[in-house]
Amino acid sequence: MTDSLSQKIVDDLVANQIAFVTTVPCKQLAGVIEAIEDCERILHVPSNKEDEGMGLCAGAYMGGKRPAIVMQNTALGVTLNTLATLIQFYQIPLPMLISYRGEIGEKVACQVEMAVHTKALLNQLAIPTYHFHRPEDAAELDGILKHTQMCKKPSAILMDATFWRGAA
Amino acid sequence: MIRSEVLKSIVPVLDGRLVVCNIGLPSQELHLLHDQPSTFYMLGTMGLASSIGLGLALAQPDKVVAIDGDGSVLTNLATLATIANNVCDNFVLLIIDNGSYGSTGDQPTYAGRKTSLAAVATACGCAHVIECDAAETADVLRHALESDRMTVIVCKCESGNIPVPVIEIPPVVIRDRFMAAVKSRAAS
Repeated sequence: MTDSLSQKIVDDLVANQIAFVTTVPCKQLAGVIEAIEDCERILHVPSNKEDEGMGLCAGAYMGGKRPAIVMQNTALGVTLNTLATLIQFYQIPLPMLISYRGEIGEKVACQVEMAVHTKALLNQLAIPTYHFHRPEDAAELDGILKHTQMCKKPSAILMDATFWRGAA
Repeated sequence: MIRSEVLKSIVPVLDGRLVVCNIGLPSQELHLLHDQPSTFYMLGTMGLASSIGLGLALAQPDKVVAIDGDGSVLTNLATLATIANNVCDNFVLLIIDNGSYGSTGDQPTYAGRKTSLAAVATACGCAHVIECDAAETADVLRHALESDRMTVIVCKCESGNIPVPVIEIPPVVIRDRFMAAVKSRAAS
């Protein structure tokens, strides 16, 4: 059964006409991915790699379906070229729901190695970035999704372990 | 035949169609041969023509031709698994396989040596995979579009380039006129 926070996130996607979501698995976002798969109003196309997923999203957007991507922050590096030369260059609105691995509560040391670069990379790319640390931060998602469509940019919503633990 | 000759031969088939064209010389050549609003030119992002094409085909009902290259498909090889597992019968992927990285100086690709992209596509689960000679491409593509089934075409051609100007259309204009072409189909 989907937890209420994951369901709230997917409800916000649907309310903002997000109709195409690609995902690359993450344990922390497993509930969100399950809720997306179960949602009849969202076409869920899992991708093998995040830059491939962004290509799918760009195509879906031009085909008339608002897209979003679900991914880990550890994959940010492989998406830099795609973000700059496809998503930003062609002005495609793309909410990125990102599990912020490597923050407080992380058990895998290697995850910290990309966590320390995550915000710096997003900042370097001038991507609007939002950090969800407490469950109540999820209330901002609706506004972030609207803002993303308005400005036709990628946006990063980082969700850390404390955010998910607080909701448990 | 080299790639630009293959593109020239398929212009009548592409006319009026939704086309996603690969980065670099393929887009520049197609732009020179037959510019149309319903062609999306990739100005960057090597490897994603097939992904953009599949996303587009999944999102709307009109037929989509994604023109890719062997080097670009090798960059994003897992796209063939995504395509195989998300069947949409309005999608045709045309891989123009000249066995070289044409836009960067014709360095050889592995597809020109031991690796068969048609075999990889088949192994990934793509149900309709056709490898053809360059001269057959227009007929094979026309038939694939008429067949109403998702098809991957691997067109084997010779390596070589012609001098072409870069595309000066701003990316947002390319995207905007392309989306207008998609919308006008949905309305008609």
